[in-house]
Amino acid sequence: MAEFKLPANSVIKEGKTWPAPAGATRVKNFRIYRYDPDSGQNPRWDTYQIDLDKCGPMVLDALLKIKNEIDPSLTFRRSCREGICGSCSMNIGGTNTLACIKAIGAFDGDLQISPLPHMSVVKDLVPDLTHFYAQYASIKPWMQTRTPAPPDREHLQSPEDRKKLDGLYECILCASCSTSCPSYWWNSDRYLGPAVLLQAYRWVVDSRDEATGERLDNLEDPFRLYRCHTIMNCTNTCPKGLNPAKAIGELKKKMIERR
Amino acid sequence: MKNTQNRPMSPHLQIYKPQITSVLSILHRGTGIVLAVGTLLVTYWLSALAGGVETFNAANAILGSFLGKVVLFGWTWALFYHLSNGIRHLMWDTGFGFDLPTVYLSGKIVVGASFVLTVLLWIVA
Repeated sequence: MAEFKLPANSVIKEGKTWPAPAGATRVKNFRIYRYDPDSGQNPRWDTYQIDLDKCGPMVLDALLKIKNEIDPSLTFRRSCREGICGSCSMNIGGTNTLACIKAIGAFDGDLQISPLPHMSVVKDLVPDLTHFYAQYASIKPWMQTRTPAPPDREHLQSPEDRKKLDGLYECILCASCSTSCPSYWWNSDRYLGPAVLLQAYRWVVDSRDEATGERLDNLEDPFRLYRCHTIMNCTNTCPKGLNPAKAIGELKKKMIERR
Repeated sequence: MKNTQNRPMSPHLQIYKPQITSVLSILHRGTGIVLAVGTLLVTYWLSALAGGVETFNAANAILGSFLGKVVLFGWTWALFYHLSNGIRHLMWDTGFGFDLPTVYLSGKIVVGASFVLTVLLWIVA
């Protein structure tokens, strides 16, 4: 049964405010989720007042500015700063996206930042993705063939067949979509979620893969695939503009077609 | 590793901004529940009919009162919303309408149609 309230140890308390330096003109409040595993305390909201005239344009710039200049204890994942690694996915202003490609200017007023929703929090904005990655591994995200490749080259694919992977191969597994999905919130123990199902579809439609039957068998389950109720939050939030809901719809169609 | 058992759960419903996508989806489930409960009213009305003139008149008086009409109006709206959104789901099941502009458009059509159909029914009936 879905638990709509946060457990007692997860209820967020008010934290401290870090005021802007004197003389700051364009100040914006960043309300950021903080959790310190060593303190034994509940998570809290800390507010950082940032002078936007002395800050880069992206949300990640603000986070880096806080870490470098104000509070080095703030913890978050980041790497490429150009939307290709998927490390800095988090909930920004109420929806999931990548901090590095989301402009601060897209939000009016105070900006609230918290970890990806309904996840186990390791520290501050860092969620534990172990289960998410295990689910990804469970769909065997690699090419499976029985016929050997030609001796002089790799398995080939026509341009038309290659085109079927467009809109799928671009996924960077940032988990923004899966953690935006209420169905994944309540059933992530058994439901694979939009990101992993999009990846499953990516291998199902690959013309070179020869394990399509087994892949579909693995998804023929009341939970793994069919907990998708086409809520569409996944597609609505994907920072790469992909469409996991459509990929899941295509999987459901393939299930019917092969009967 | 220290303290991995007592990790907090990150906020979800508490912080996630309501989306037109998720709001229409939960409305579909909500109206489904309302329809199931509302069917009890129909059963009550039918059993009152079986009970004879007096019980039937009493049931009609209750359902025909202002409060009864408000409940019935809500019930017909739930019926038409669930019906229209059900057709939207059938469209998705055939693989169409997954791109975001179409999702928003079909959502607006469903909400509009549910009100228009409800009002039309109450004018006709």
